[in-house]
Amino acid sequence: MEDVRLIEVKEDIMADNIKVANGVRKRLRDKKTMLLNLMSSPGSGKTSLILRTVEGLKDSVRLGVIEADIDSKVDAEKVAAQGIPAIQLRTGGFCHLDATMVTQGIDALAANDLDLLIIENVGNLVCPAEFDTGAHKNVMILSVPEGDDKPLKYPLMFSICDVLLVNKIDYLSLSDFDMAAMRKRVLSLNPKIKIIEISCKTGAGIGDWIAWLKKEVDTFRRG
Amino acid sequence: MHELPITESILNVVITYAEKNNVKKVMAINLRVGRLSDLEDEWIQRYFDYLSKGTVAEGAKLNIERTPIKLQCNSCATTYEVEISNMSETNCPGCGKNDSKMISGREYYIKDMEVQ
Repeated sequence: MEDVRLIEVKEDIMADNIKVANGVRKRLRDKKTMLLNLMSSPGSGKTSLILRTVEGLKDSVRLGVIEADIDSKVDAEKVAAQGIPAIQLRTGGFCHLDATMVTQGIDALAANDLDLLIIENVGNLVCPAEFDTGAHKNVMILSVPEGDDKPLKYPLMFSICDVLLVNKIDYLSLSDFDMAAMRKRVLSLNPKIKIIEISCKTGAGIGDWIAWLKKEVDTFRRG
Repeated sequence: MHELPITESILNVVITYAEKNNVKKVMAINLRVGRLSDLEDEWIQRYFDYLSKGTVAEGAKLNIERTPIKLQCNSCATTYEVEISNMSETNCPGCGKNDSKMISGREYYIKDMEVQ
C-alpha cells in the first residue's frame, strides 16, 4: 500500500467569489455607479423600499435595479413599471446571490450610465451575509414584526451592513418590539452601523433614508 | 444553507491540487471554517460525496476544524474571543469599550489534504 502524504493547500474557499466581487467593485467604480446590496428576510419590505427609493430619487439619481428571486418576475415588473431599468435574476434554488450572478445581472441590464444600482438580494438573513456581491454598500432591513431578537440569531448579517433600516414602525404600538434593546444589540455587533427607523407604508423616516443615500451617491460620483 | 456552492468550490480546489501533485487518491481534506459560518458539517460531507463521484477525491473524508470568533479592540488592541451566543455583549475585556473589529471567525479555508 502506498504511503499517505500531506499536500499543503492553504486556499480560501471563498477566494474565487472575492476575486469576482473585487472585479465588480472596480468595474462599477470606474463607471461611477454605486452598487448597493439590499438584504432582509422575506416579507420585510425590500421591494416596497425600492419603490420608495425610486420615488425619492428618480429626479436626481439615475437608478437601476437587479432583483433576485427564487422563481418569479413580480418584483422586477413592479420596479420597471416606474420607468427604471430592472432585471430579475431567477436564482433557482439558490439562497443568495454571489458575485458571478451579480455580474450576469449587470451585463443583462446593459445600462452604462447609472449613478446607483440596487441589488435586491434573496430574502434570507443567513446566506447573503456570507457572499460578497461586489457591492460598495450593504444595507439590510429588519421589520418590526420579525422581533427585536434577530441580531442575536443572525449576528453576521448585522455585523457586515453599513445601514440597518427598521421597517414597519407603524406596527410598533401593536407589538412588544423593544427598539432600545434592538439598537443596543446591533450597535455592539457593529458600532459603525447607521440605524434608520422607517415605514414604507406611511412614509415615516423615508426622508432620512433618501437623504443618506443621496449623500452617499453624490460622494461616490465625485470619486 | 449554502453548502452546495461551498462544496463545489472545495472540490474544484482539491482537484486542481491533485492534478498538480500527481495524486492517485485523496484520502482526507482538512478545512478550517469560522464559527460564524452557518455550514452544517454533515451536509458538506454529503454533498461532497455526491459531487466527487468518479473523481480522484471520491470517498475523501472532510475534517472540519472550527475556528473561534476573535475580536480586536480598535482602542487598545486587546484581542479576545466571543461565543456566537453572546455576540451582543462584546465590550473589550481590556478597556471596556465597545469598538472592535472581527479578526477571525468567518474563514473558509482549505488547510491541506492527505493523499496517495
